[in-house]
Amino acid sequence: MLKRGSRGRNIAERVLPPLLFAVFVLTVWQLYVVLGDVKESTLPKPTEVVTSIWDNRQLLWDNAWVTIKEILIGYAAAIVIGVGIAVLIRSSRRIERAVYPWLVVSQMVPIPAIAPILVIWTGFDLRPKVMVIALVSFFPIAVNTIDGLRAADPELLNLLKTLKANAWQRFRKAQLPAALPFMFSGLKVAAAFSVIGAVFAEWVGASDGLGYLILVLNNQTATTDMFAVIVVLASIGIGLFLIVSLIERLLLPWYYESREVESEGLELEPEEIR
Amino acid sequence: MQAAGNKLTIEGLSKTYRGSGGGGNVTALKDVGIEIGQGEFVSIVGPSGCGKSTLFNIIAGLVKPSSGKVLLDGDQPDELLGRVGYMPQKDMLMPWRTVLDNTTLGLELNGVRKKKAHKQALAEFERFGLAGFEKQWPAKLSGGMKQRAALLRTFLAGRELMLLDEPFGALDALTRAQMQEWLLDVWQEDRKTILFVTHDVEEAVYLSDRVYVMSGRPGKVVLCVDVKLDRPRKSEITMSPEFLALKQRLLKPLEAAVKGTHFIDDRPTREEAL
Repeated sequence: MLKRGSRGRNIAERVLPPLLFAVFVLTVWQLYVVLGDVKESTLPKPTEVVTSIWDNRQLLWDNAWVTIKEILIGYAAAIVIGVGIAVLIRSSRRIERAVYPWLVVSQMVPIPAIAPILVIWTGFDLRPKVMVIALVSFFPIAVNTIDGLRAADPELLNLLKTLKANAWQRFRKAQLPAALPFMFSGLKVAAAFSVIGAVFAEWVGASDGLGYLILVLNNQTATTDMFAVIVVLASIGIGLFLIVSLIERLLLPWYYESREVESEGLELEPEEIR
Repeated sequence: MQAAGNKLTIEGLSKTYRGSGGGGNVTALKDVGIEIGQGEFVSIVGPSGCGKSTLFNIIAGLVKPSSGKVLLDGDQPDELLGRVGYMPQKDMLMPWRTVLDNTTLGLELNGVRKKKAHKQALAEFERFGLAGFEKQWPAKLSGGMKQRAALLRTFLAGRELMLLDEPFGALDALTRAQMQEWLLDVWQEDRKTILFVTHDVEEAVYLSDRVYVMSGRPGKVVLCVDVKLDRPRKSEITMSPEFLALKQRLLKPLEAAVKGTHFIDDRPTREEAL
């Protein structure tokens, strides 16, 4: 049996090293700027960035909220499109052959380049941003879900057939649960993409949001404040990633607990025969 | 033995797969005849590629034969799917279900209520050496326990005839010996009809009332031997002269089958079964 008490130590082991590494990097950065006498407009000290975030908290929050809203709607749209395409493609060989190559081609089109066209079509409101975010994030979801829907062992599906399971039951009881870990891999990649998409979309045409704020600050060469915005943007990405990871852990406890057994080299040896 | 009293009768069964794209046809099975009486334990031994999987898939109703008959209780059913319990070579436990929920899969698909299915399964957990592991994920079980869980799933599906495809093939020698003894104990209590496939002649003789030897490409029955050793059997029996003689008798045609040369023994197949 796995020891419950080891859980707290586990978390400390996982969180502490990256935290210490971050402290180390920030210290080196701070020392470099101080000792090398680097101009603030070139590279601000980490402490100045923190001060800037605090001083501009209202401005940052107002614009962050705009960007978060775009990301959440765009991400949700990406999930619907990505999973929808995956299910469609897996539902028939003919559809797969017709659609799959174009799915790949869609990723060869530089989305930032078509963003201005989307702005022409839909204007400066929320819509073009949501569309750009959905376009850059749906692909990893679709591709991973397609792989996932192939993951169920054909022998398991045969076994279900001999137990009189119909097509829906085979999907519901085998193909879908087998696909979920893959789908979540895609969702996590897409979470990172969605933030990038939001910044691009705002650069093309926006009157608020963190991406827009970067453009404005860039014109003023307010480097410290730009760093502050970047920190907030990264935090949004990290936050989204963590939320998706948390949902995954809650939804797929078997996936993590089974992997723990494997990676621990099976520390338990149950009695063979009683 | 009278055909009418048989649980399973297979007559003149052949299966030819159409070669795709220029490849010739492949005959997987040719004129195979097998008889299993109610409550008998019958084994098939043969080299890889002797068509055992095809034979099992036909009996389980997953594949249609090119010619020949499969009779259950003397009748030829319209649909074999769902009539026969089928345990594939790999355990095929669903990693997203607990051990308990894995074992009740067949009951669940039969429309048995969860509570009732659980009660029915739990009553067998002790006998199947799974007590205490009801709520665990399959990944936490040892190889032998996984096979016992898969067997329990097959048992609980409630079919009178069970096909077991090399259930102990992947286990280490010690576990394997324990599992054979255990399987005999369980079978002795319920007397379900079992058709068992293995590479291992000793295993076949130890477990069975009758052993069929198959040759490869095309797969056909080259020998059938009744095993008239007393039951219940204990593992010491494998050292007895009768046992060794039987083993010797089966090994010769099997070695010939592995080499691909034909073993000629004046068509001994059917008579010996009678």
